[in-house]
Amino acid sequence: MSNRSNAMPPVGAPLAVEVRAKRARNAAGETVEIISGLAFALGAGEVAALIGPSGCGKSTLMRILAGLDPAFEGRVARPPGARLAMAFQEPRLLPWRSVEDNVRLAAPEATEAERANLFGALGLAGHRAHYPGELSLGLARRTSLARALAAKPDLLLLDEPFVSLDPPLARAIRADLAALICATRLTAVLVTHDVEDALDLADVIYVLSARPARILGEVRIDTPRALDPARRAAWAAKVERLRSLKPT
Amino acid sequence: MLLVWQAAAHFANPRLLPSPLAVLTSMSLHSSSGDLPRALAATLLRVAAAFALAMAAGSALGYAMGRDRALDRWLDAPIVVLLNLPALVLIVLAYVWIGLNETAALVAVALNKLPNAVVTIREGARTLDAGLDEMAAVFGFSSVKRLRHIVLPQLAPYIAASTRSGLSLVWKIVLVVELLGRPNGVGFEIGTAFQLFDVTSLLAYALPFTAIMLAIESFLVQPFERHAARWRPARG
Repeated sequence: MSNRSNAMPPVGAPLAVEVRAKRARNAAGETVEIISGLAFALGAGEVAALIGPSGCGKSTLMRILAGLDPAFEGRVARPPGARLAMAFQEPRLLPWRSVEDNVRLAAPEATEAERANLFGALGLAGHRAHYPGELSLGLARRTSLARALAAKPDLLLLDEPFVSLDPPLARAIRADLAALICATRLTAVLVTHDVEDALDLADVIYVLSARPARILGEVRIDTPRALDPARRAAWAAKVERLRSLKPT
Repeated sequence: MLLVWQAAAHFANPRLLPSPLAVLTSMSLHSSSGDLPRALAATLLRVAAAFALAMAAGSALGYAMGRDRALDRWLDAPIVVLLNLPALVLIVLAYVWIGLNETAALVAVALNKLPNAVVTIREGARTLDAGLDEMAAVFGFSSVKRLRHIVLPQLAPYIAASTRSGLSLVWKIVLVVELLGRPNGVGFEIGTAFQLFDVTSLLAYALPFTAIMLAIESFLVQPFERHAARWRPARG
């Protein structure tokens, strides 16, 4: 348990990841390699975006980072006691608890004002008493994001958080998230297939290969979360060039 | 139903099928003497204790077996045996091994209900959502919080089904247990009435008890089920 007071904003935790190999058995009983040699480190308050083709093992990597899958070769170093929160690819809300209670249960220390802020920013203010079964997928995803943010994590894991949100809303939430990251200096890992997500949020973008995943290259952004539109295209081109590389 | 009874009683031998009025008179007679309320209280207490014992142990065991495959393999055969053992055998064995006392009576009833609860709750525990478990792990839910907000809501329909089938099973077996080895309760009184061939008293004891069990079902079990299912979108 953390002993920091509620008034203090969370401070990001540094993260060092080294996954030498991750294998799993598929339905046919064969052992397949999902990740082979992947290492990166983040300083406190840095955001990494992982971009890769679908099925390349991004979600597996996220489960490893979250400590949900200990069966891999390598190590994940998080400071002891660092608070973790995650927005899963599927919202994973408790269907029998209201939107409000879903957030409260995961973030019991968040105050009413903090919750109200988050619900307002994510367009959920009118849905607090609703059950997840009454929400569209987009609203459910936003609830899942609200839950992750309300927990005031030191390390935030976001697995494709903006999929199935309509583009203007996704842009608005990305902007809010970017502001929040700047304000709180939380450390985050974002998995996405969308370069725009990555350019809006990340300090560093890692481009992953097809399965078994390894890092094809990294793009470090010199003015994270404040890219001017003129230079944006140049950064996007850099990422795309790495994406077109074939693993050697 | 009352009319059919009245009509049938009109033609039948009153010793075999007394009229509703005769049963009612007998009921008020036994009530004013205090015998009926005392017997009802003793039986209800046994039903409650045996039911609570069986549900608590059965739910815990069923949950553990649903989550742990090795445990399930080990305990599956004993559960199947217990499930198929006639109630009477269990009751007699309990009285022989433990003695003619309250503990033996409660253990016998609870053991009759236990495998039933285990099998139902195990089915529920097998379908628990792994994704929600992971969510709880990431957000650091305590085990109490997990139980209350993640496990129990998922098991609620199974618990309700088990409660419903269990309650009816338990109260029937409690009467047999009382008949065989207890000096009080509705089952004991029915045994006495049987020896005296007194169908009127038999019905005077059986009917109020059945009414109480029906009331528990519709005023406790069904509202619990509705409450547990309130989050489900209404079905068209």
